[in-house]
Amino acid sequence: MSLPASVLVVGASAGGLSTTEALRRKGFDGRITLLGGERHLPYDRPPLSKQVLSGAWEPDRAQLRPEPVLQALDAEFVLGDPAAGLDAASRTVRTASGRLLEADAIVIATGVRARTLPGQGELAGVHTVRTLDDAVALRAELAASRRLVVVGDGVLGAEVAATGRGLGLDVTLAGPQSVPMESQFGPWAGGLLGEFHAEHGVGLRLGTGVSGLVAESGRVSGVRLETGQELPADVVVVAIGGVPATDWLAGSGLTCENGVVCDDRCRAADGIWAVGDVARWHHRGLDAPLRLENRTNATQQGLAVASNILGADAPYSPVPYFWTDQYDAKVMVHGVVPAGAEAEVVDGDVASRRFVALFRSHGVARGVLGWNMPKQTRLHRREVADVLTPATV
Amino acid sequence: MKVTVDEDKCCGAGTCVLVAPDVFDQRDEDGIVMLLDEAPAADQHDAVREAASVCPAAAILVAEA
Repeated sequence: MSLPASVLVVGASAGGLSTTEALRRKGFDGRITLLGGERHLPYDRPPLSKQVLSGAWEPDRAQLRPEPVLQALDAEFVLGDPAAGLDAASRTVRTASGRLLEADAIVIATGVRARTLPGQGELAGVHTVRTLDDAVALRAELAASRRLVVVGDGVLGAEVAATGRGLGLDVTLAGPQSVPMESQFGPWAGGLLGEFHAEHGVGLRLGTGVSGLVAESGRVSGVRLETGQELPADVVVVAIGGVPATDWLAGSGLTCENGVVCDDRCRAADGIWAVGDVARWHHRGLDAPLRLENRTNATQQGLAVASNILGADAPYSPVPYFWTDQYDAKVMVHGVVPAGAEAEVVDGDVASRRFVALFRSHGVARGVLGWNMPKQTRLHRREVADVLTPATV
Repeated sequence: MKVTVDEDKCCGAGTCVLVAPDVFDQRDEDGIVMLLDEAPAADQHDAVREAASVCPAAAILVAEA
């Protein structure tokens, strides 16, 4: 395909913005339109469960770029109007308000929606944390609450639990894994995280699923576990993962299975690309389809797709990376921590909670996890990068 | 070009150091960004713009002269 004269980016969050910035930086001078379902200018999501929720930041501080920087992009922002349909052949997007937006190249960056529990929508006092509005609403309710139950033992649930303790709430964390963040950290580092939360006063109810919400007069009053135990709550946060926002692509002809399915260039169809949480592309280094819900991937994939739109024709094979901030700990992973991997502490000291651990599967380095040692962790990144990014670029 | 960093926003990922190691480093103790050159030379500008764009905490601001 020849180089496009216009690009429509569907999704005005980190991935969409990164794609736009990279297109301009690489000299693209055609028309760029960013379509956003929310009314806000692009904002950053990691602070929502931490600085915005705690009140340390006013919501405005989460905005990704100052307005003059956005204006300099010379892109049209169409906000508060979610995409409602795509015609892949003509590359036309229809919006909820009935706009028709057409472009030579379309970038799908619609992210994920928070998964919810049955009946959650009808109850007051139950929250998800995906959008800025979600975080602001929850922040107001936490200020008037005493008992918080967090349903979900992944990154978001653990961060919300930590923020809740910081606000002085009585916090219980419930989830099906044996330790928090087990799927990201593995059982050993997840166990350290569980101990850390317990020391900070979080009640851990792990290893059991949640069977439902308990309510009184239209307001949540607790969470029922599969064991039958009931956890009383004034407010409940449901952090049980995200669902790729692909419902608007029904009938488009694109393959959507746990995300927009893409090739190793992040291309879903001729002239149609996907970026960020919504994209499930073939990672050559892992030789498997991969969908990453993390902040770093959104920007890096945006950069890769911008290059490919402009003809680079290069596979996207990043070293996955994410971090989390809980209490005074900053924990990060370069690569992945596969099930059954063996951990070796290669720097620092676990007892003082300042260390770097390398994870190997069958003797091959697959991930490096750092706890309060960001720079030293990055310095070990090369060991996993060599495995994950074969000479494909 | 004038570069500024927001240490309070910095998440310590080190992405900027991977992209522009002559302009950015990280503190040994907590990984927070260290700006080595707030007015980098022209041959660094592309890398610095990319570092600002890919920073996962939007902690780098570039003002073009």
